[in-house]
Amino acid sequence: MAAVKADNHGMRLASRYAVLILVAIIFVFPLLFMVMSSLKPSAQLLLDTKSLRAFLPVGDLSFQNYTDAFARAPIGVFVFNSVLVTGITVLLCLFVCSLAAFAFVFIDWGGKAVIFSVLLATLIIPYETIFIPLLLMVSQLPWIGADGFELGWLNTYRVQIAPFIADALSIFLFVQFFKDLPKELIEASRVEGASWWSIYRRVVMPLSGPVIATAAILKFLFMYNQYLWPLMVVQEEAIRPVMVGLGYFTDQLNVPWGEVMAYLTIITVPVLGFYLSLQRVFISSVASTGVKG
Amino acid sequence: MADVKLKGLKKSYGEVQVIKGVDIDIKNGEFVVFVGPSGCGKSTLLRMIAGLEDITGGTLEIGSKVVNEVPASERGIAMVFQSYAIFPHMTVRENIAFGLTIAKTPKAEKEAKVAEAARILQMEHLLDRRPSQLSGGQRQRVAIGRAITRNPEVFLFDEPLSNLDAALRLDMRMEIGKLHKSLDATMIYVTHDQVEAMTLADKIVVLKDGYVQQMGAPMDLYHRPENLFVAGFIGAPSMNFLDVDIVAQDANSAKVRSSVVAEFAAPVWREGVGQTPRATLGLRPQDLRPVTEGGILQGTVTLAERLGTETVVDIRLSDGQRVLASLGEDRVFEPGETIHLDFDHDRAHLFAPASDQEKEAAQTAA
Repeated sequence: MAAVKADNHGMRLASRYAVLILVAIIFVFPLLFMVMSSLKPSAQLLLDTKSLRAFLPVGDLSFQNYTDAFARAPIGVFVFNSVLVTGITVLLCLFVCSLAAFAFVFIDWGGKAVIFSVLLATLIIPYETIFIPLLLMVSQLPWIGADGFELGWLNTYRVQIAPFIADALSIFLFVQFFKDLPKELIEASRVEGASWWSIYRRVVMPLSGPVIATAAILKFLFMYNQYLWPLMVVQEEAIRPVMVGLGYFTDQLNVPWGEVMAYLTIITVPVLGFYLSLQRVFISSVASTGVKG
Repeated sequence: MADVKLKGLKKSYGEVQVIKGVDIDIKNGEFVVFVGPSGCGKSTLLRMIAGLEDITGGTLEIGSKVVNEVPASERGIAMVFQSYAIFPHMTVRENIAFGLTIAKTPKAEKEAKVAEAARILQMEHLLDRRPSQLSGGQRQRVAIGRAITRNPEVFLFDEPLSNLDAALRLDMRMEIGKLHKSLDATMIYVTHDQVEAMTLADKIVVLKDGYVQQMGAPMDLYHRPENLFVAGFIGAPSMNFLDVDIVAQDANSAKVRSSVVAEFAAPVWREGVGQTPRATLGLRPQDLRPVTEGGILQGTVTLAERLGTETVVDIRLSDGQRVLASLGEDRVFEPGETIHLDFDHDRAHLFAPASDQEKEAAQTAA
């Protein structure tokens, strides 16, 4: 009996792993294709797409595409810009959205239910629909910088950051997480004399690791993948992000696919690095709450 | 340490009134326990004293100062919650010192206070652990430690032992009793466990539906309950209630009987008794004793539970009413056996006639 039971258990485990491996392969293949293609000359790359060779390190392999890609576009600048804009936006978003959620969950104030409903309703509005009015607005905004007073935010880092600091999805994620925190912890803090700011800083945020990781990853991906908005508001090469930089590799007649793949491989590294650093917390968050992400 | 005075205290949530005018006078150093069934408003009342709930009406004084509008942190109180409410990301030391850290207390003073609280609660060896490494009892001790370091005028406990298992509950109950004696602090304690109430309290306040039913020393409530609800709520097993007719009455006593109760004279002191020829007779299960024949009650044993130190007998009277007798000895009774019961007549309680629902509500609330 015991042997049969153990066999059944083994079979179940094996089939479960088989499914997981299959899913993993499906997700890994595009990445594998990208990396392998980046090592092949364009002509061979296109030929290989007809067979499984596209996923294998076979044929004439070299880093020539990488050298060419770096020669064609200031990739370092683009990656730096994207990491800077994305990093600052993520940090500000975590701060602002968690504060907003804190106010929605823990502090009593008139009209918060209505305001929260309106906020949630904005989830269904795609950014693309507001980009034109937003563009008109940012082109008129004042700023006092090193050169004194100026008008218009175009061609700056801040125009790539400010519109995306607060977003309804991040606030919603924080609200859902905060609601599940034990109310007594907040009440105990109040009795102990903690101000709202102290409660936020010393009690709520240290307990919010999972939702911080989730919101950070989602925001990071959203910001890093930004294309349309920076294309509209940034014309200077020095402050362009990576996705706009992709335009350097296409023209109407000829696409250097090997270089494109090399470029994509390079710009994927920061995303993978960021995701892997938060992966453990992210997965525990998704698994434990089922609502995050 | 301070007096606490509740004067006509009321609390409403919209149209629903949950505390309907409560007057309680708590003296400096007193241990007062709020008891009552679920939903009676005892926790709400405690939270109003703590400053965690707004006060709708009446005044609350702590140390002869009205504190209705004073924030929780400035009322001179410390609170221990049912769920411990200790911070999982901090060590025991940081938890205990939380209030002091917030108040920016100098480091040396903070460490001294934490050490003192740890010594009182015998948890010096736990100071560098995290809450996840502690047992339920230890966690509750951390919560109490946090309260002690605040050196509050009033300690508030909201069902602090409810989450502990029976053995630990007994230990912690004794520790809280000792703590009260050593700190000599005013303590207000909410529980639905009447054993905690009876053993810890200097004064018990019995609440029901947002009203105070009775308050007084535990034994006063046990021996002289003012109404049917308190009589049924205090004491375990619950008091037996039987309908009787009053056949004669003088200033201090009334002769009562019914089809199942032989005639006897019971003391009369409660309001409302004797205004009608009917009354409700209350008999504590512990006051009943078996006699070989005669006695006031006679019935058939349906179940007997032998607990070693006592035997709880479930008896059905000839009219179908049920009586529990808690006999202070180990005796064997067989189901179906006839039993005669008597009691000290001065220990009988007469109440104004009550409906079956009122009787049941009083008995099941405990």
